[in-house]
Amino acid sequence: MPKVFIERENKHVEVTASSVKEILQKLKINPEVVIISKNNELVTEDSKVSEKDEIKLLSVISGG
Amino acid sequence: MPCKNCQEKPVIKLTNVNVSLCKQHFLRYFEKKVKKTIRTFNLIEKGNKIGIALSGGKDSFTVLSILKQFQDKKIITLEALAIDEGIKAYRDLTNAKKFCKDNNITLHILNYEDFFNHSLDKMVKKFKNKTPCSFCGVFRRYLLNYGSKKFKFDKLATGHNLDDESQSILMNQFRNNPEVSARLGPITGVMIDKRFIRRIKPLYFVTEKETTTYSFLKGFPVKFSECPYASFGYRNSVRDMLNEFELKYLGTKYSIVDSFIKILPSLKQQFKEAKTLSSCKLCNEPTSKKICQACEYVRELKDYKNR
Repeated sequence: MPKVFIERENKHVEVTASSVKEILQKLKINPEVVIISKNNELVTEDSKVSEKDEIKLLSVISGG
Repeated sequence: MPCKNCQEKPVIKLTNVNVSLCKQHFLRYFEKKVKKTIRTFNLIEKGNKIGIALSGGKDSFTVLSILKQFQDKKIITLEALAIDEGIKAYRDLTNAKKFCKDNNITLHILNYEDFFNHSLDKMVKKFKNKTPCSFCGVFRRYLLNYGSKKFKFDKLATGHNLDDESQSILMNQFRNNPEVSARLGPITGVMIDKRFIRRIKPLYFVTEKETTTYSFLKGFPVKFSECPYASFGYRNSVRDMLNEFELKYLGTKYSIVDSFIKILPSLKQQFKEAKTLSSCKLCNEPTSKKICQACEYVRELKDYKNR
């Protein structure tokens, strides 16, 4: 299962999924509110993921 | 879906046009779009001294970085202005100071404690029945305008993006505030008055997601942080609703801002004629009332002490 870091909640989770899109759907996160890094490189929701990948969901919302 | 221009790995999917772009083509697209906004709406003129409202977040670093290209070409001069509200464990200007130093930009800092005798944290404890964003916004705008005049800026550039603007337009609709909407747009205000330094929004047509992507790819030193009082805001509900809508109906935010731009000139004209501004009897800043809202709040804070 790929490891997923959710920046806004400052927590790590493991999600069974084969694509970023599936991860977002399972975590109920709107793709509008995050940018996604896979092994420290930016990718889109269409990107495939494997067990070894480290995914970070970085919040686009900041400030007040 | 690969980059539409070169088949490289994409870094973003642009929701309004449903295309993907690689790093190189995204950076080019983003800067081109911001520069087009600057040109189309005459946001800057040769010789201008432009102030940048710097928070230390991705939006203000992005504005600074792009406007610096105009300074390097000797079209404008740049300085930055940061407001320290006094919010413990949130407002940290360390990165902003370093960024300005690295980019050789003068940074001015004004804070609530010096001007209003209270940090925002102290105000929140006293104003228990008020939404923090409502009075914080008044004080912040006050200091931004005050600082812009003090440091002789011709205009003040802010990091407001398409998401911010579409939220503001809807909030004003929902609250029946067309007069407040008339002050929006890529250049704020309904009339030219030297007591008000006009604010410009170079990121007007780029989304929050695009700006975050640009900031990440440029390696700006941005730490994720959220104002502890933000959850009280009406804006949050509108933002969530708009993001849900955008997911279902691509291009919603663009449509809101595009259609608004078409009616904005007549909106500005309507409220230009209806408005006369006087000066606050206490601080001399422009206001439509006898005492400006910032001074009213400061009075309330003092009264609280005497209760």
